[in-house]
Amino acid sequence: MKLYPRQRHRVLQVVTKLVIPFVLMFGLYVQFHGDYGPGGGFQAGVLFASAFILHGLIFGLQQTRRVLSPGVLRVMMSLGVLLYAGTGALTLLMGGNLLDYDVLAHDPLHGQHWGIFAVELGVGITVTGVIVTLFYGFASKR
Amino acid sequence: METVVAIVLLTFLAIVAVGIIVLRDLLAAVVLLGLYSLIAAGAFVVMDAVDVAFTEAAVGSGVSTILFLGALSFTKHEQKPRGNDSIIALIFVVITGGLLIYGTLDMPHYGRADSAAQTHPDLAVRFLEVSIDEVGMPNVVTSVLASYRGYDTLGETLVVFAAGVAVLSLLGLKRRRPEEEAPEDAPGDTPTIDPDDVQSQY
Amino acid sequence: MSQAIGLYSYWIVIVLMMAGLYIMISRYNLVKKIIGLGVFQTSIFYLYITMGKVDGGTAPILVEGKELVYSNPVPHVLILTAIVVGVATSAVALALIVRIYEAYDTIEEDELKAIEALEPDA
Repeated sequence: MKLYPRQRHRVLQVVTKLVIPFVLMFGLYVQFHGDYGPGGGFQAGVLFASAFILHGLIFGLQQTRRVLSPGVLRVMMSLGVLLYAGTGALTLLMGGNLLDYDVLAHDPLHGQHWGIFAVELGVGITVTGVIVTLFYGFASKR
Repeated sequence: METVVAIVLLTFLAIVAVGIIVLRDLLAAVVLLGLYSLIAAGAFVVMDAVDVAFTEAAVGSGVSTILFLGALSFTKHEQKPRGNDSIIALIFVVITGGLLIYGTLDMPHYGRADSAAQTHPDLAVRFLEVSIDEVGMPNVVTSVLASYRGYDTLGETLVVFAAGVAVLSLLGLKRRRPEEEAPEDAPGDTPTIDPDDVQSQY
Repeated sequence: MSQAIGLYSYWIVIVLMMAGLYIMISRYNLVKKIIGLGVFQTSIFYLYITMGKVDGGTAPILVEGKELVYSNPVPHVLILTAIVVGVATSAVALALIVRIYEAYDTIEEDELKAIEALEPDA
């Protein structure tokens, strides 16, 4: 009995649909709890990207490109770097040294908290965009 | 007990590395590289480096394996069969290894708290004591990475961005690859519209 | 004997480093060379991390109220950066290899040298 390619992967498709939300949630958890446990921007970016890579492997690259189009990825790559450098420029404008987070809020501790939050978010967004772009580059077909 | 676990994991790493040298099939070598990264991540946990283990497991045995497999799907899977291996390279490698082992005889033993890496230049002690007052977060590695050494992390983000731009300009998003023209969907499925067939400008 | 146990991790790191170096210099296939680069890089990471460990220490995440011994966090920061830069380098190298294969239809180094010797590109 001949099985077409999409029929062969039924079990994988169902299981992937169940697993991807948990991977995305874990990525968000690692991003925002990097201050209190192991984690941070890089790990969270790689986890977030691997959810999309899993989707691309199981459902085909065309479907994943409809979910996350390459134009959006290009914006994400640049937005993260802009966020990081923008935080540095903001600290310069507010009177401190480059990337001196103490001047960002009324209190040095709060300033550090906000500065690290913004910086890690920028790193996470850039790493997600770059890794999914790498996957699209190496997996595209035609 | 921790030392025994570390010794066993290190021995596994050495065996896997020898396996990578000997194998001629590139697909198997890539899978062994993923296994190598995973065992190294386990060894990092035994060394108390939990952030590093997280990153190595995710990046080394996750993303890196995918990239290698993607690159292999464009090229051949096997090395060309060769005659003998070059003996000069083996001699050179053994001599270099012997010199390096001779150099480690003076190094501080594993785990000593008074070695030079721990006490000069007092940075580690300062970070561990002052970080909770100046930065206010329990994870010292994140506070050093993002606050005390924030400029280096900016450079690293730029390197990652540059790699993304480089791969985009080298590979683009559409490659030519030979494939059989078999229909993807079974007769009963709703067919998916291929967005590459529609005129699209990137 | 205790010196052997104390230095065992450094010796294994040297063995791994030399394995990676041997793959890089003696194999002619370009993808195999990048695999050897990955083996070499991970062994160097292990060398730095093992120099930061303190006996009886724990991960450098501060716990309230207890007086614990923490391992050195500075090598961890250095190696985090190095891992990410390493994967970026491997990705660009693999993209270059894919393009080389499209241009010359081979990824063995000696065949590439022969093709280059016959018709040097402008």
